[in-house]
Parts: sequence; C-alpha cells; structure tokens
Amino acid sequence: MDEALIELGEYIAAAQPDAVNSTTIEHGQLTLHANAADVAKLLTFLRDDSNCQMKILTDLFGIDWPERELRFDVVYNLLSMTHNQRVRIKIQTDERTPVPTMTTVYSAAGWFEREAWDMYGIMFDGNPDLRRLLTDYGFEGHPMRKDFPLTGYVELRYDDEQKRVVYEPVQLTQEFRSFDFESPWEGANYVLPGDEKAEEGAS
Amino acid sequence: MGEVQISNYTMNLGPQHPAAHGVLRLVLEMDGEVIERADPHVGLLHRGTEKLIEHKTYLQSIPYFDRLDYVSMMCQEHSFVLAAEKLLGLEVPQRGQYIRVMFSELTRIMNHLMNVLSQAMDVGAMTPMLWGFEQREILMEFYERVSGARMHAAYFRVGGVHRDLPAGLLEDIADWCETFPKIIEDIETMLTENRIFKQRNVNIGVISHEDAMDWGFSGVMIRGSGAAWDLRKSQPYEVYDKMDFDIPVGVHGDCYDRYVCRIEEMYQSLRIIKQCIAQMPDGPVSATEHKVVPPSRAEMKSSMEALIHHFKLFTEGFSVPAGEVYTAVEAPKGEFGVHLVADGSSKPYRCKIKSPAYSHLQAFDFLTKGHMLADSVAVIGTLDIVFGEIDR
Repeated sequence: MDEALIELGEYIAAAQPDAVNSTTIEHGQLTLHANAADVAKLLTFLRDDSNCQMKILTDLFGIDWPERELRFDVVYNLLSMTHNQRVRIKIQTDERTPVPTMTTVYSAAGWFEREAWDMYGIMFDGNPDLRRLLTDYGFEGHPMRKDFPLTGYVELRYDDEQKRVVYEPVQLTQEFRSFDFESPWEGANYVLPGDEKAEEGAS
Repeated sequence: MGEVQISNYTMNLGPQHPAAHGVLRLVLEMDGEVIERADPHVGLLHRGTEKLIEHKTYLQSIPYFDRLDYVSMMCQEHSFVLAAEKLLGLEVPQRGQYIRVMFSELTRIMNHLMNVLSQAMDVGAMTPMLWGFEQREILMEFYERVSGARMHAAYFRVGGVHRDLPAGLLEDIADWCETFPKIIEDIETMLTENRIFKQRNVNIGVISHEDAMDWGFSGVMIRGSGAAWDLRKSQPYEVYDKMDFDIPVGVHGDCYDRYVCRIEEMYQSLRIIKQCIAQMPDGPVSATEHKVVPPSRAEMKSSMEALIHHFKLFTEGFSVPAGEVYTAVEAPKGEFGVHLVADGSSKPYRCKIKSPAYSHLQAFDFLTKGHMLADSVAVIGTLDIVFGEIDR
C-alpha cells in the first residue's frame, strides 16, 4: 500500500515540480505540501491525469495555527474512484492573502470555501458567491479561529416588550473554566518550578 | 384575453416547513411554477460542534457525533473512533469489531426506513411511514439494550465498544431479522409499482455519474447514478471484508432509482447482520490497553493501578500522539469522514467532520433547475438530508 503511495507521490511531484514542495506519508495517507499560487493547476492535473483521476473533492477546510506567520492551513482531500486512492493537498496562507478558488475545478468547492471563509476568514480569490454560510445573518468574526472564545461575544433572546429578537453581549453566570488536567510527566510541555535548575546544572 | 406578462419572483420556503426535513430555508427564484434558481440557506442548526470538540477530551467528543446526523448515530461515532484508534495504533478485538459492524448495519436500516418513508410521505403516501416507524422503534430498543439510550448511544468507544451485549440480545436480533423482510415487502407493495409514487419520482432530480463526481456525491446518491462504489467494499474497515453482500447500483440517477437502491440496501444490511450473528466470536469487546480503555469496576475494587487509570482517564483523558489522519466510513447517507489533527494532548487540535449530505444539498440548485416546485420536495426527500450534520 505504502509503495504505491510513494510512487504516486513521486509521480505527481515530478509532473508538477513548481506546485509541489514536498510529500509526506503518514498512517498510510499521502499529503502533498503545495504552493498556494499553483494549487489550481495542481488540482486540475490531479483531476484529469489518467494516473490520478482524482475526480472527487471530498473535503476542503482550514486549520488554524496562530503561532505561525502563515497561520492557516488549507487542506484539500481528494478521492479517486478509478484507482481507489486518496490524496491530501495542503497549502498555507494568512488572513490577508487570498488563495485561488477551486470552484472552477470542482463544483463541490463552492460551499466548502464559503464555510472556510465563514469559520476562519480565509479568502478565496474568484469564488463567485463568498457569503457566510453557517453563522447567523449579520454575524461578525470567524468562530473557528483559535483566538475566538468558545462562548462567543453575543447572545440573543426574544424581547417581549420590543416583540423581536435582540442581541446582547454574552453574560455568563459562571465564568468559563478550562481545567488543565494534563499530567506534568506525560505530554505537558510547561516548565515545572525547579526544573530549570536541572538544565542549568547540565550545561 | 390579452397577453399576460409574468415576471420572475422570489419565494421563501421554510425554515419551518414539514417537507424541509428540519430547518432548511430555501430562497427560490420562480418562473411561474418552475424553479429558475434555488439558494438553500443553511446554518440554522449550527451548534459549533467542531469548535466544542476542540475543547473536549476524546471521550467527551463521542456524544457530539450522535447528535450530528441524529438518524444514523452509531455510524458517525464509528468514523471518529476509527480515527483516534488509527492515531493511537490500537487494535480492536474481533468481538468488538463484529458488534460494531452489526450495529452499523442496524443503524443503516434505521436510517433508510426513515428516509425512504418520509420521502414517500412527502409525495403523498401516509401508511408506509407508520409501518416503518414501528420497526424503527424496535431497532431503538436494541440500541437501548446495549447502551441505555434510544438514540444518542455513545456506544462505540476508542478501543472497542462500551459494554458487551446483554444476554439474549443476539437471539432477539436474529428473530427480528426473520420478521423484518415481510415489512419491507409490504412497503414495496405500497410504493415500488405505485403509479403516483412513480409519477412523482421517475426522471426527477436526474444526475449523471460525471456530474455526481463533480459535486462530490457519495453513498446512495452516487450509486444511484451507476457508480459501483461503496467504502465497505473498496476500502473495507473492521470485518466488512469477511462479509458477503452486494452493492445495489442504479441506472438512471433519478429519485426513483435511489429509492430502489435504498430498499435493496436494507436487504443487504440484513444479510450482513445475519452473518455477524452467525460468526460472532467470544472474547473481549474492547482493547485491554488501560492507558486508553478504562478498567472494569471489579478490577478497580482491588487494584490500585486500575483505580489510578480510571481516575486519570475520566479527568485528563488519554493523550493521542501528534499526527493527522482522515478516516471515512460508509454511513447510510454516504461517505462520513473525520479529519483529526492531534497535537499530543488529550484534546483534539482540529476535528473536521465531512458530512455527506452537505455536498448533496449543495447540488440542490443543480438538481432542481427547471423542475416544478412540487418536485423540489421529492428531491429534498431523496437527498436524505438531516440538518444536524449539515450545519454541525
């Protein structure tokens, strides 16, 4: 299984050397790290090439890494029914740089891009209908970003006097609590008081 | 009578319309009674599931999957636990796998009963709905007996399933398998050759294989257009590769073919359930890796380590090694996938849920263009949409 994927990854990288930066295989799944500017060309190639035939865009979404300079990953999951293979393409972008739309390659990209815009504020250049999709009419902000609080900023209720729904700032009867249960000796990456001395002693 | 000028007008359908299957709001541009353009407005049931999952441990995330597509609960848990197991490199014991497959198929029947019969009701047939819901109730009782909940089971856990089957359940499912075909036959007598049902469904919402791929269709929606594609066959997970079953494929890609596919899939699911019952091995239902799977109550009474494991698993949760994985299962509605990004902590960093009906509803404009308004109801029915998973 893995050999076929390595072969496919090499084949794609050789055919599209400008677009593909590197390929990785993780848990038996192939990922292509691509240039944002050339992604339309790459996806068109993957769709039409007889060795790829990635005719289905299964998914398109963003991932937020706020500590990175290019904070967003845009991930495209493709599927080929002919070859029974999946490929994942990853590009990076930030809040200001639009990525080219895929609606010209796959019709299915339309709503996925709208959702990514809605949830992360990733801009898609050329999408004919980049409205918000899942959030409320008139919603502000991009809720899936890591710096957006889980509780949000506004809440709504029906006001009996005004006979309409009113929006108000969120009021929590109890402050939102997030406990750190991480065991300090497994997985957590903060420095325990006193630990810094061990490093000083070693150096 | 002189010539009358009719101009296009915009019409709102839903979100509180019985045929909208939940909270679908359609803004339709009409030319008389013909749909020129359809713009579905979704998101009225958006609860921020993906955001919530980022703040929950892996165990706490499982119940959210029941509440996505609330008529095919266990299939969605399945996708999520498979993703976590793949990252953890955890092996599920044979009995656990068989139980999962059996319940996935019971879920499929449950979903198809709901879908086929509510579609029938949308186009005017009242009786089969009532017959089908009686059967759904029996299936929910099976759910209740294994998990304690009729719908939102949270029964599939990372590493296996929560508990072993209670005594007598397998026999009762086997008995039900004998009586159920009669019900589908009755439903078929009412619908399959019914003149009204055919007039409402044949040649409605036609989509070709090429277009279906372009719109990202999966499941029955693409099989109805002639694609022999089913993840249970092409990328088998659990013990599906040991099962003997067929994949029904449509020819015309219209609402009627998809209806026939769904009916046949129920028969095929029954076959799988019967094979599961016959082959069901003995043994544990869940992995015994106690860094992930909680120990039994009995063990906790005597073992200090088991007690610690239990405490840590239900406060901190288990940590999943950093990595990224996409797993998909053949849910009743199509390919339901979970793209999980783990950062090594006990909470998922990102969990993208790929719901099949999201892609299907997106093509609504494509499917209904040029159809009459009444046909849009048949198309909504055949798309098999549930808003829990579209809005997430």
